[in-house]
Amino acid sequence: MGERDKADDMKNRRTNLEALPPEPDKPESERLDAENGNATGRQPSPHKPDVRLGREVQARIGQQLRALYDDVVNQGVPQHINDLIRKLSEQD
Amino acid sequence: MKLDPAIREQVLGTVPSLRAFAISLCGNIDRADDLVQETLLRALSHIDSFEPGTNMPAWLFTILRNLFRSEYRKRRREVEDADGRYAETLKSHPEQTGRVEFEEFRTALAKLPQDQREALILVGASGFSYEDAASICGCAVGTIKSRVNRARTRLADLLAIDSVDDFGPDRATRAVLAGGGRN
Repeated sequence: MGERDKADDMKNRRTNLEALPPEPDKPESERLDAENGNATGRQPSPHKPDVRLGREVQARIGQQLRALYDDVVNQGVPQHINDLIRKLSEQD
Repeated sequence: MKLDPAIREQVLGTVPSLRAFAISLCGNIDRADDLVQETLLRALSHIDSFEPGTNMPAWLFTILRNLFRSEYRKRRREVEDADGRYAETLKSHPEQTGRVEFEEFRTALAKLPQDQREALILVGASGFSYEDAASICGCAVGTIKSRVNRARTRLADLLAIDSVDDFGPDRATRAVLAGGGRN
């Protein structure tokens, strides 16, 4: 099935998050950390703001993010959307 | 418009991921499906502007994001979703993570600023390259990288995990440390 292939294709590309180099632009990230902290009324992070995220933490965030997303992806194409596309694609 | 069957299959193949992205933007499955439908109507009526051989998912995601943004500006108050109706939209929780951990993650994700959440999802879940994500969001590649980094840092912070002490000082301990505590 073409649909399935495309979905698999997208899954196979999901390696970008882990490949990200840590903290490329510290100044901006620190600045925004401060903004975010103020916005929620929190004190600035108790640990150093430039603490590098370990691989394990990155992997966990990536895994949970994909799990959440894939929960929806695995629902496939809803019938009404499938019908809509087929109907529209037959029209002149 | 007599759509090329190959193009139609590309569109259909993108729908599941497009929905997942829409839900992450809207936080509401009904609105997300409306948004997906609107995106497809728009896309198929402008299919001539899609260049065959280029990235269909990126094209559709761009249309969906633009539609969402223009609508979002009008309905900002309705859309704000701090309580995370996102959770209600999901029929089940992933098997591989515990219920509590999953809920914590979902809640933390919902607290991220829109720009950061969308960048993180495009790169970390949808599997787009930084270049494609930048094109979808209409910004520089460096901006996407920066948003993804901030998103991850913020998530780790919200989930009280970092590289030094993965399961280390709990929030109470941290609060004492942060507040200076009693010396």
